[in-house]
This record gives sequence, C-alpha cells and structure tokens, in this order.
Amino acid sequence: MEFVKPDINIDFMGKQKIGFILSAVLILISIGSLIVHKGPNYGIDFAGGTLIQIKFSEQVAIDKIRDGITNIGLKDASIQKFGHDIDHEYLIRTGKSEMTSSGLSQSLSEAVKASTGIVPEIRRVEMVGPQVGEDLRNKALLAIFYTLLFITIYISARFENKFLISGVVAGSIMAVVYFLSVFNAGITVLIAAALVVSLIVFWIFKFKYAIGAIVALLHDVTITVGIFSIFNLDFSLPVIAALLTIIGYSLNDTIIVFDRIRENIKGSKPTDSLPIIFNRSINETLSRTILTSGTTLIVVFALYFLGGEIIHNFAFAMLVGIAVGTYSSIFVASPIVLAVEKK
Amino acid sequence: MKPFTLKILLSVGVILAALVWMMPTFYNIWPHKKINLGLDLQGGMHLVLEVQSVKAVETEVERTIQEIKRQLREDEVKHFGISRQNDNSILAKFEGEKDKSGFETLLSKYYKNLVIDSTELENNISTYILKLPGDEIDEIKKMASRQALETIRNRIDEFGVSEPDIRIQGENRILLQLPGIKDPERAKGLIGKTAQLTFQLVDDDADMAAAMNGSVPAGDEILYQEKQDTASGSTTKIPFLIQKRVLLDGSLLTNARVEFDQYQQPQVGIEFDRQGAKLFDRITGENIHKRLAIILDKTVYSAPVIQDRIAGGKAVITGNFTLNEAKDLAIALRAGSLPAPVTIIEERTVGPTLGADSIRMGIFSAIVGGLLVALFMAAYYKKAGLIADLALIVNIILIGGGLAAFQATLTLPGIAGIILTIGMAVDANVLIFERIREELRTGKTGLASIHAGFEKASLTILDANVTTLIAAAVLYQFGTGPIKGFAVTLSLGIIASLFTALVLSKLIFDILLMNKPSLKLSI
Repeated sequence: MEFVKPDINIDFMGKQKIGFILSAVLILISIGSLIVHKGPNYGIDFAGGTLIQIKFSEQVAIDKIRDGITNIGLKDASIQKFGHDIDHEYLIRTGKSEMTSSGLSQSLSEAVKASTGIVPEIRRVEMVGPQVGEDLRNKALLAIFYTLLFITIYISARFENKFLISGVVAGSIMAVVYFLSVFNAGITVLIAAALVVSLIVFWIFKFKYAIGAIVALLHDVTITVGIFSIFNLDFSLPVIAALLTIIGYSLNDTIIVFDRIRENIKGSKPTDSLPIIFNRSINETLSRTILTSGTTLIVVFALYFLGGEIIHNFAFAMLVGIAVGTYSSIFVASPIVLAVEKK
Repeated sequence: MKPFTLKILLSVGVILAALVWMMPTFYNIWPHKKINLGLDLQGGMHLVLEVQSVKAVETEVERTIQEIKRQLREDEVKHFGISRQNDNSILAKFEGEKDKSGFETLLSKYYKNLVIDSTELENNISTYILKLPGDEIDEIKKMASRQALETIRNRIDEFGVSEPDIRIQGENRILLQLPGIKDPERAKGLIGKTAQLTFQLVDDDADMAAAMNGSVPAGDEILYQEKQDTASGSTTKIPFLIQKRVLLDGSLLTNARVEFDQYQQPQVGIEFDRQGAKLFDRITGENIHKRLAIILDKTVYSAPVIQDRIAGGKAVITGNFTLNEAKDLAIALRAGSLPAPVTIIEERTVGPTLGADSIRMGIFSAIVGGLLVALFMAAYYKKAGLIADLALIVNIILIGGGLAAFQATLTLPGIAGIILTIGMAVDANVLIFERIREELRTGKTGLASIHAGFEKASLTILDANVTTLIAAAVLYQFGTGPIKGFAVTLSLGIIASLFTALVLSKLIFDILLMNKPSLKLSI
C-alpha cells in the first residue's frame, strides 16, 4: 500500500507564501486571543484554588448543588458537568484555597447532602495555595525554557558541526539569563530575552538549521497556547507536559526533513537550485511524515475519546500540537532555512 | 557469525528480563517488585504542608522570657516588664542600678547567646532590647521543620497508612504521599493538629468583664472553651481568663489513650513520666481550690477546680469527643506536638473509584490505539508491518519491565506517555521501511536494500529521538508526581523504541533473509 506515490513532486517552496500567511494569521489570532483573555486561562495548578469532583448516584439539579455550596460561602464557585450525562459527575471550582487543616471537602459534602438529599461521593480534591501556584508556574516556564535551551544547543552542535560555537551560544544565553536574574527580572522576561539572544547569535553565525527549528518550535507552542486560549481551556500541569512533548515531537519531524536536506545538498549536482533540493527532500520524506503523524494522531484520538475526562485537555493539546508541528516542519522550518541559505 | 549470535542472545535476554520484571505485577512471584501505581491511579492523598517556623521562634522567645523571669525571681531581681516584641526581640525594663546589674549578671552567666541590640536609660529606667542571633533563628526554624517531619511520621505510622512517603521539601515544606487512604479528612485533621497540650491556671481574681472589654491583666490572656449543643449543633464559646505561665506541658507525657467515663463518653487519659508526675503533684498541691485549665492548641478543654493534691501523674482530657476524635487526639499526644503550626498549601486527593476508572479507561484507550496502529502497519507494510507490530509489542513489554525494574511510578499521564509511545514507536520502523522502499526502487536486491535502509535511517532516528529525550529529561527534573510519571514512560518508550527498531527489527530481517539473499521483500 502507498499513500504517497514515489514520484510525487509538490512545489512546497513555491507555496511558502501561502504557508507564511497562514502561519502569520494563526499566530496573530493566538496572540490576539491571549491579549483579549488577559493571558492563558490558568487552571488551579497555576492560579491557586480548589477543585472538587463529586459524583451522585442519581440525577440532581445543578441549582440544588449551588444552593448547598452557597450555604458554606462558596457563592463564586463554578459548577460544571463532568464527563458523560449518565455519570452524574460535577466539578466544583473556586478561586479560594482553603489553607486550614480542616478540609473544605467535608463541609461541602455535608452541605450538598443537605441541599440535594443525596450523599455525594467525593472523587477528587485538588487544592493549590497561591504560593504553590506561583511556584508551579515558574517551574513550568523554566521547564519550557530549559527544553528550548538544550534542544537549541543540541541542534546547533549536531547540524552545524560547530561544537565550539554552540558552546559559545549556550554560554551567552546562560550569561544573559544570569545577568537578568541578578536584576530580579521575571521568568517571562528571561525566556523572551534568552530566545532573542539565541536567534541573534544564530543569525550572526549563520546557524540556518537552528534558526529554522527554533522559529518552528515557537510557532507551534504559540499556536497551541493560542488555541487553548480561544476555546478557553484550562492550562494545567499535564498541558505543560503536552507542550514539552510537542516541542520534542515537532522537532523530531523537523530534524528528519533537515537530515534529508543536508544529505541532498551534499549529493547535489551543481545545476540543482536550492528550492529544488528542498522540495525534493520534503517530497522524499513526505510519506514518512504523513504515516508517523497519522499513527500518532490515531493513538492520541483514542486517548482523547476513550481516555477519560481527566486526560482530555492533555490529549487535546497533543492533537493540536502534532497537527501544527507536522505542518511547521514543512511550511515554517524549511522555508526559513532556505531564506537564510540564499542570503 | 559470532556477533550475530551475540545479538540474538542479547535481544532475547533483554526481552526475557523485561518479562521477568513485569510478572510480579500480575502474579505474586519473584522478583516481587510490582509496578508502582501513582496516587492518581490507586487513589490516595498528596499533601504539601508549610511549617510556620516563625511560630517556633516565637515559642522559643516566649520560653526564654519565662525562664529569665523565673531566674530573676530566684535572684530577687525586680523587673518592670519583660515581653516579646512583634519582631521576636525581647524588651526588658529595670529600675535602678541594683536590678540593672542583677539582670546583666544573669545575662552574662546564662544568656550569652542573646545579642543586646540596644540599651536606653531614661528617668532611672533602663530599657534593653535583646535578640536571638540570626544563625540561631535559622537553626530553630530548621529544627522545627525536622521535628515536624518526625512527629507527622509518627502520627501517620500510628494512624496506619501502608507505604507512606514523607519528606522535607525545600526549607519549610513537608511533602506527604499517602496511598490508599480511606478517610482523607480525618487524616488531614490528625496531621494538621499542633497538639500543644498545656496546663495553666485560671485567673479567678481578675475582673472578667473588664478583661473582655480590653483591659486584660498583664500576664493573662483570654482563651475560649468551645461547647457544642448536641441538639442544635451550634457551638458556643465560653471565655476564660488564663494565666500565661505554663505550669506543665505535653512534652512530659509518656502515654495517652482513649478511655470512657461513666456515661460511656470517650475521653483521653494521659500519663506523665516521673518528672512530669512530680511536677503535677507539686502544682496541684500548691494550687488547691484554684481552677487548672487543660488547654490544647489555645483552646480550653476543661478547667476543673483542684480538690486535692494529685499524685501518680495521671489526668484525663474531657470535651465531648466522638470516638474518632478521641482516638486521633490520643495519637497526636502520643506522637508529640508539632513544634510549630502547619498549614496545608497543596492537596490532591483521588478517591479509589476514580483511580480505578482512570486505569480502566487508560488501558482501554491504549489497547484501542495500539490495535489500530498495528492493523494499519500490517495493512500498509504487509509482512514487514508484522515485524513492526512485533517490535511494538516488545516495546510495551520493555516499558513495563523498565517501570518495575527501576521502581518508577506509573501515573495517568504516564499511561498517556505509553499511548503516545505506541504512536511514535512505529516512527522508527516507518523511517526504515520508507528508506528500504526507496532503495528497492533504485533496483537494489532485498538484502542490499535492507542494509542500506537501516544504515541511512539509523542516524536520523537517533537524532530525532534525542530531542524528545531532552524534553522528557527536563520534564522529569521540573515535574511533580503525575508529570514525572509521564516523563518516565516517555523516556523508557523512546529508549525501548530505539532498541526495537535498530536492533530487534534488523535482527528479524537478518534471520529471515539469512539463507535466501535473493528473497523478494514483502514491504
């Protein structure tokens, strides 16, 4: 069986304008949505607060639950149906984090029992204090930062064969981060600064592959975060894990295309123009790209539909990330390498 | 031929080892190490406590003040007030040369550690500000965290949780993982109870009404007794004017256990050690007809009038306890008090039914996803696809074996990691097969194509997987519980898929083609 005919020859490089426009629009929408929603919609992992998942043995009215929790002073709490209708499960969320040892869930259970007449089963309680939320947020950002940093170093060392210079790159990024941290700059600033510095350094040293890869990664992460923001989905720890995996996955795709480009440049005839070599490389790897994205999407779809409500957002982030990551290897990473190469 | 046999032995060995490690998870046989399930899968409670270590410093300063006052009384030195300031410094005032030098002698003799921050002389009154040195404060705080850890560990042990994980996190945080806990609310109450038991006298001479209006006599404080009306369920607070001086505290207890009074109402009986019993004997002897308040965590439990000297060092704490409350109080008193109050700053509790649902759904989606991918591979690559499917099965066995062998924890995101690996593991095979197809198209023989395909794809596969491995390593470093589980299965999956694609698949091809180099490939 073959999905992609061996003699396929799509002019990807000729369509790079369309790709750039599409990417630019997606990124602008993402950033726009983030601005409108005032940043990502942090779940309790990062914003602090309490989440309680309760299950009833039979149908209850949401209003009755609300009556109960209003009685214990949780007027601002949100109540949301969770999972399938037949499960009678609800998520109760509040920005408050009960910091005392006497738990919220006990009083909540009693209050809901009084208002609905059914003893609820408390299936899950998550409480994150504001300080812990902030710690986790910083940790998550640091994790993204270090992933990008290490990957950058790896690519520049591996693809440009300039181990010494990639050491210099790593050193300068570290120096900038240290310098800024002395001045107590926020982590967001640190990451932005580190990225700008690495892009500048790559530009100076003409690290075309590294630039292409990093821009593609930023593109993927921004769009995934943006889509989460558009659908107003919660940003939780598993979603961060999904983002890092997307970074790894998207890069995986990008590297395979880059590898082929390098191989084809080495073996090219003097008459071959760069766009032709790039097109040939992408076409040659196209079958693999589609197959692997396909099989990964199959399993993530299985996870999304069958894995249960708790893993839902994680699976959704992976779905978006895999789709965007596959697209970006072809339409973002490669054209950028070509653009730098042509200079 | 030799390296070839070696490869076979190695591969079979690795797979067998993984199988052996995996077995105990399903049957109780050697090597007896099951795959650990995370709290989100088996149900349980994850707590992060913050020790209010500043309070431990306060307690230490208060204790020092009481001690200084006692010694001053013995030396017959009069003071004009010694008290703790909000910044935990000690303010002490003396009138005249004699008392001043008496105090200074005491300081130089017993309190060399106290730093004199400032002295002031006004109208013949000397005012001292004393401070604990910074490193001593740090030490007190550190000790508070360590003691709190020990105390909580003892309480959990007595409460009966199998395989709890309790450790210090950072400077003043304690991380608790309590798998399979039945009654999380009760456990939280027990863990968070400071359990500071003190015996203090009720000040019956002072004017209660005036004290309630704000003029609390020096050396006294207002504490409350909580009385619950069994009929209406409402609580009333009864104020008591209590002398601040602690006559006896819970540190001298040897035992605490649940007893029942004549109405079968649970109460907690306590026993003091020899020194405590002697003190209790003296205190009760000296204060006959006065009220002695039994105070737990700043709440008055009872304040009986002392009728007679009590020898033997036994007392009871009454207070309308339920049986569980009495049991928990006894545990807390036996395990000792916390050196400082703790607050719960993070809690994640998963009920056992939810954990079971998560396992069921996770495994179901893994099976469905895996079957779909396997069917697809077989359809697309025919017999070679079957080799990839075999590699996939071995891959999952290796992940399972790895989890058990490294005693890593499987979490719900961890299952997601395995599912993701199923999708990504075939990638290595896809890369190789696509290469082989390319080589075949150039007219090479089957064997030559396979060799060229593996050779050309190997480096690409390594490169591509290292990046995901980097992401997984960072995740492991920064993640907490469930996320760590994801990083673990993802890394294991990547390493396993490198092995299955580069070693195992190659080996199977080699064996199949060993004696028929001209075989037409089914790919």
